[in-house]
Amino acid sequence: MNAAVLTAWLTEFARLVSSHRDLLTELDSAIGDADHGSNLDRGMTAVLATLEKESPPTPAAVLKRTGMTLVSTVGGASGPLYGTAFLRMATAAGDDDTLDGPGFAKALRAALDGVVARGKAVAGDKTMYDALAPAVDALDAALADGQPFDEAIDAALRAAEQGREATTPMVARKGRASYLGERSAGHQDPGATSVTFLIAAAAATLSG
Amino acid sequence: MKKLINDPANVVPDALRGIAAAHPELRVDHENRLIIRGDAPVRGKVGLVSGGGSGHEPLHGGFVGPGMLDAACAGEVFTSPVPDQMLAATKAVDGGAGVLHIVKNYTGDVMNFEMAAELAEAETGVQVVSVVTDDDVAVQDSLYTAGRRGVGVTVLVEKIAGAGADQGRSLSEVADLAKKVNDNGRSMGLALTSCTVPAAGKPTFDLPDDQMEIGIGIHGEPGRRRVPLAPASEVAEMLVSPILADLDFTGGDGVIAFVNSMGATPLIELYVMYNEIAAILAKAGVTVARSLVGPYITSLDMAGCSVTLLKVDDELLRLWDAPVNTAGLRWGA
Repeated sequence: MNAAVLTAWLTEFARLVSSHRDLLTELDSAIGDADHGSNLDRGMTAVLATLEKESPPTPAAVLKRTGMTLVSTVGGASGPLYGTAFLRMATAAGDDDTLDGPGFAKALRAALDGVVARGKAVAGDKTMYDALAPAVDALDAALADGQPFDEAIDAALRAAEQGREATTPMVARKGRASYLGERSAGHQDPGATSVTFLIAAAAATLSG
Repeated sequence: MKKLINDPANVVPDALRGIAAAHPELRVDHENRLIIRGDAPVRGKVGLVSGGGSGHEPLHGGFVGPGMLDAACAGEVFTSPVPDQMLAATKAVDGGAGVLHIVKNYTGDVMNFEMAAELAEAETGVQVVSVVTDDDVAVQDSLYTAGRRGVGVTVLVEKIAGAGADQGRSLSEVADLAKKVNDNGRSMGLALTSCTVPAAGKPTFDLPDDQMEIGIGIHGEPGRRRVPLAPASEVAEMLVSPILADLDFTGGDGVIAFVNSMGATPLIELYVMYNEIAAILAKAGVTVARSLVGPYITSLDMAGCSVTLLKVDDELLRLWDAPVNTAGLRWGA
C-alpha cells in the first residue's frame, strides 16, 4: 500500500461519509447535536482537496496531512478524535514508501490508542471506540491466524458492523449523548457508524 | 425552515461580516473566525480568550471588549472551534501577561482547547491557563457522564474575570477568580421548543405543543425529562429547586440572579419568570444582590429559559459592577 492506495482509501471514506451525511446527522439528532454528518463531510472534503493539491509522497505523509486537516476543519469532538487517530497512524507508519498488511494493522492499532488517549473512552461507553476496537482486534487476530489481508480486513469490517449495532442498546457515558442518561439507549451511535465507514472503505480499497 | 439567511453553509461567515460592519471598534479575523478587541494586545494585561460553537449569541463574540473578553473564536453552529483558531486568538491577545482560556465543559470544546494549549506552549511559549465552566445541575456529575455542562455561569465568569484582568491581576489570580465564579454558580434550563440548526434544516428534536423539556443544555440536545406544560410559577419552581438543593445560597452578600432566554422567548415572559423566581428566592431566604435578565447565552431559535444563581461576596460584586463595554453587555463605560 503506497501513498496513492491510501489516498484511494480516504477518497472512498469521504464518498461514504458524503453519501450518508443525512444518516449521520439524523443519528446525531437523536442523541447529540445534529452535526456529525455535516462536520465530517466538511472535513473529508478538505482532506481530499489537500491531498490532491499536495500529493504527499509516503503513506505517513498522507496520514499526517489527513490528521492535520481534520483537526483544523472538523471541530466538535470528532475533529480532535479523528485527527489524533490519523496523526498517530502517521507516526506508526514510519517513513517507508509502502505499508504491508501488518504495517497497516499496526497503524490502525495506533489510531485506536490515539482515540483512547484523546477521548478517554472505554468499551461500552457508546462511542466510536465500540466499533473501532473490535475491528482492530479482528484485523490483528485474522492476520496472526495467517489469513490474507483481504480476508482479514473483511473480518475487521464484520467486527466493526457488529460493534456498531451493539451500540444501540447502550447508555452513553461520553460526549453529549451522556447527558441523556438512560434516554440515550435505543439509538445507534453516530461515531461508531462513521468509523465503520472508515473500515468499510478500507475493505473496499486496500489489499495487502 | 424559515430563517433570515443566504446559504445555510455561510451563516457563520455572513454573521461575522455583519459584526465587523456593525462594530468598527472590534477587529474581525474572517480567515480564523475570530472577534478581537480593536486595541489588542493590551500590554501587561492578562488576555482572555473564549469561544465555542456559534448559535449562542451574544456569547462569546458579543462579550469582546474592555472589561470582558479580548477575543472569541466562532465555531460552526453548535460545533467547537478548532485549535488553529484558538491558537491564533491566543497569539493576537497576548500582552505579555499570559492568556486565560475560558472553556465550557463540552467534550469537543475541551478537546480542541486542550490541543490549542499544547500548540501554544510548543509554538509560542505564551503561558496559557484554562478554566472549564460546569454549572448545569441538570447533569449528574459522575463517571457515567462527561460531567456537568458549562452554561449560564460562563457569562458571569467572562464578566468578572474580565474585570479582574482589567485591574491588572496576574494570570493565576484571574484564573482563580474564574474558578471561584464557576464554583459558586449553578444553572438549570428548560425548552418549550426545539431549535433548528441551519445546516440540518429541521428541528433537532420533536417536542409536542403541550410538553416541555427540563434540563436542556444550549445545543439543542434533549434534556433529561419531559413534562406537561405548566404555569410560570410551577416552571420557576422546577428550575430553582434543583439549584438551591445543590448549593447553599443563603447568607453572605446574596446572589446574582440571571434569567436567560434560550433565543425565542421574549423579554416579557422572562420577567414573568423573574417575578416567580424572586418570590421563591425570598421565601428560601436568598437575597438577590444583582439581576441580569435577557438573552445572553442562547440556543438559536429555541424557546425556553435558564436560571443561573451565583453566590457573591463583596469582591465579586465590585468586579461585577466594574465598567464593561461590549456589544452584548455594557455599563459604567
